[in-house]
Amino acid sequence: MRPEYRYALMNTQTPHPPVLSMRNISITLGGRKILNSVSLDVERGELKVLIGPSGGGKSTFLQCMNLLVTPDAGSVSIEGASVNPHDKKALCRLRQDVGMIFQDFNLFDHLTAVKNVAIALRRVKGMSREAAEERAMHELGRVGLTDKADLYPAHLSGGQKQRVAIARALAMDPKVILLDEPTSALDPELVGEVLAVIRDLAKSGMTMIMATHQMDFATALASEILFMEQGNIIERGTPGSLLAPDSATRTRDFCTRLADM
Amino acid sequence: MLRSEKRTHRLLRLYIPPDSGWRGTLSALSGFLACITVFCCEKGMPEFFTTLNSLIPQFFDKLLVIWEALPYILGGALVTAATIVGALGLGLILGIPMAVGQIYGPVPVRLFVRLYVWFFRGTPLLVLLFLFYFGLFQFIGLDVSAFVASCLVLGLTSAAYQSQIFRASISALPMGQMKAARALGMSDAQALRNVILPQALRLSIPGWSNEFSILLKDSALAYALGTPEIMARVNFVATRTYTHLPLYIVAAILYFIITLIGLYFLRALERRARIPGYNM
Repeated sequence: MRPEYRYALMNTQTPHPPVLSMRNISITLGGRKILNSVSLDVERGELKVLIGPSGGGKSTFLQCMNLLVTPDAGSVSIEGASVNPHDKKALCRLRQDVGMIFQDFNLFDHLTAVKNVAIALRRVKGMSREAAEERAMHELGRVGLTDKADLYPAHLSGGQKQRVAIARALAMDPKVILLDEPTSALDPELVGEVLAVIRDLAKSGMTMIMATHQMDFATALASEILFMEQGNIIERGTPGSLLAPDSATRTRDFCTRLADM
Repeated sequence: MLRSEKRTHRLLRLYIPPDSGWRGTLSALSGFLACITVFCCEKGMPEFFTTLNSLIPQFFDKLLVIWEALPYILGGALVTAATIVGALGLGLILGIPMAVGQIYGPVPVRLFVRLYVWFFRGTPLLVLLFLFYFGLFQFIGLDVSAFVASCLVLGLTSAAYQSQIFRASISALPMGQMKAARALGMSDAQALRNVILPQALRLSIPGWSNEFSILLKDSALAYALGTPEIMARVNFVATRTYTHLPLYIVAAILYFIITLIGLYFLRALERRARIPGYNM
């Protein structure tokens, strides 16, 4: 057998399963088709960027990935294992492996920054208070907020809140992180600090799926850009191919209009 | 305020030499006090009191009645306090799961809670007390004292109202809180216990202290079952001694004091439970 042929065979027989795989996800909410049989595979270390107009289904698609929203049809599998959306235990395990960052942070308002990060470690992973808070301080250090550990969310800026939210997701040792427009609710001067943290994550090889309107960021770091509109992925490709000056893609059209604003 | 101050000054001016300062004022005042003391001694203290006694018929007799009945009535205040502690406690224990059930529960649970609330909010408390104590408890063979019965009925009623207080607070929290808790891998029970309820209960304290003060005053209805609480004891003494007015005033003051004490502690609790920098 020729060496290259053997290599190809190995590749098909013991496939390296995608970290997260969505198959034919469909969902109808309030009589409106939000997602129309959308599929997506995410390999380890990739940064997929979802872009597109509001109401295009990006946010719903992201929430289907950790089954915060149960799709009407389709399946979600993590590392090749399909997840039954009605098995509560499997759901909790999936969500531990898939971290999520929200547009409006959703920090727990009654807990300090460090306790926000520690609470899931204690209650979900069953760590002791000391161990959980030590881990939480380590994660806060990663996002540069060691000195804000004992402040309540109401005393943090938007950028700091989002960084705490990232630390909270990271503390669970997720295999993938979903980011739902993490900078859209921020004042313009605070966007940079959050993007810097996400950039570091991407460079350290974290697998991420991110919905965003930050095109410069997406162009620089995305392994693939997916353009979503009316519940479909209508274009996908590397930033270079989709945004090349001579490409007549819907993505490029959308981005020039974003830049015009 | 200003006018009365002026008047005092005009009166005092007769006694106080100008520019005498506060020492002068003090000596003038002590002069007044001396005058009153001399007057009282000459006329005699008893005469002063007999005048008062004739002004308000049997003033001292009634004072004596109140004085002698006070330990008995204060015992009633303890019963009232125990009743509302029991009733509020029962309402709390039932109200929280009912609120949670009405928001997150399956349809049968929601329906049950709605029926329950509809029944207890729609029926007068007095009717409920009689219905349970003389009717239902007898019917199911539950032999309880009037005190326990009024605790139970007040508690069941309070649970209906409290469940709506907690339901409002839970609904007032942003949806994202539950989402974030689920996204971290918490089960719904864990999310409720660690994220939703700690915040919702804080929001509930003002509404809950309202419920406390209303329930305290509703507890006077337990008198109808023969629970030996404030109202029953005051009424007992009043009808026996014909001292209605003063004794009912005493009852009113007692309820007023218990309300104030309770609200003071609830205010303190609200302050302690406040989340720094968080105003909702």
